[in-house]
Amino acid sequence: MEAAAIIFYLISAFILGAGILAVTTRKIFRSAIWLLFSLVGIAALYFWLQVEFIAAVQIIVYVGGIVVLIIFSIFLTQQSGKEMAKPVTRRALFGILAVVFGLALIYSLIARHGFAEQATRPFGVTVDAIGTQMLSTTDHGFILPFEVVSMLLLASMIGCIVIAMKSRNTGPELQEPAGGKLMIHADFTSNQTDKEA
Amino acid sequence: MNSIPLTHILFVSTALFCIGMYGLFTRRNMITMLMSIELMLNSVNINFVAFNKYLWPEKLDGIFFTLFIITIAAAEAAIAIAIIINLYRSHNSIDVEDATELKY
Repeated sequence: MEAAAIIFYLISAFILGAGILAVTTRKIFRSAIWLLFSLVGIAALYFWLQVEFIAAVQIIVYVGGIVVLIIFSIFLTQQSGKEMAKPVTRRALFGILAVVFGLALIYSLIARHGFAEQATRPFGVTVDAIGTQMLSTTDHGFILPFEVVSMLLLASMIGCIVIAMKSRNTGPELQEPAGGKLMIHADFTSNQTDKEA
Repeated sequence: MNSIPLTHILFVSTALFCIGMYGLFTRRNMITMLMSIELMLNSVNINFVAFNKYLWPEKLDGIFFTLFIITIAAAEAAIAIAIIINLYRSHNSIDVEDATELKY
């Protein structure tokens, strides 16, 4: 067995082991950290596949962005040291059954389908080829999805702000801070009047 | 490099997809369900890159699909976390069993 094959199997075992731990561990913060390891392993798999640009994007967006966002939301909403409730036994059992049968079905399909591999040609993804095709307006260019996805990012950014923004005047629990703000205001005006006096 | 057949990479991505599916079935916390969805999206990305490399090495379409999927996954995660934080503010819980306002 070549070194490349051994590295591939090591990376795969790392990805799958970290993924299994991410969905089965009962502490939510550890779950996020195992997800982080799994995503780093997937980036390593992209390096092994010689698509370095995708690997860099994976590390920047997933590891640097999404996992950090998830960890922040865990800190905002959960007591991260507390253990989550165990999944219901019946649900876990049927989940395992569905997953095993689905895996067996898909794997039998994959193994039976003969792929016409033509990997004799070299596969080189250069960043300038990606950039040229991404912004070209010819037949195989990706300028239209590029623009559409930029609009999608803008819309999701505005949507996030609107959804997560605190509403000012709804709910009885917001009465108290409004009173506090008034008091601060009163203090400020009294200070001003003192200064004027 | 060619010592690994395509089916092995596809098996890894299928197994990762099934792991994400199991997490989505068993977890009831919204953040962990979101993490399972991220795992599933990543397995699809592995498939796209592997198909591009092994079957059509002269094209770049799989690479572009992967890039767009990563972008949309980032937008989706941001929206989902905004919704989760808003839900936590109104319900004090992010368990899907507690969010039952739309049930009846």
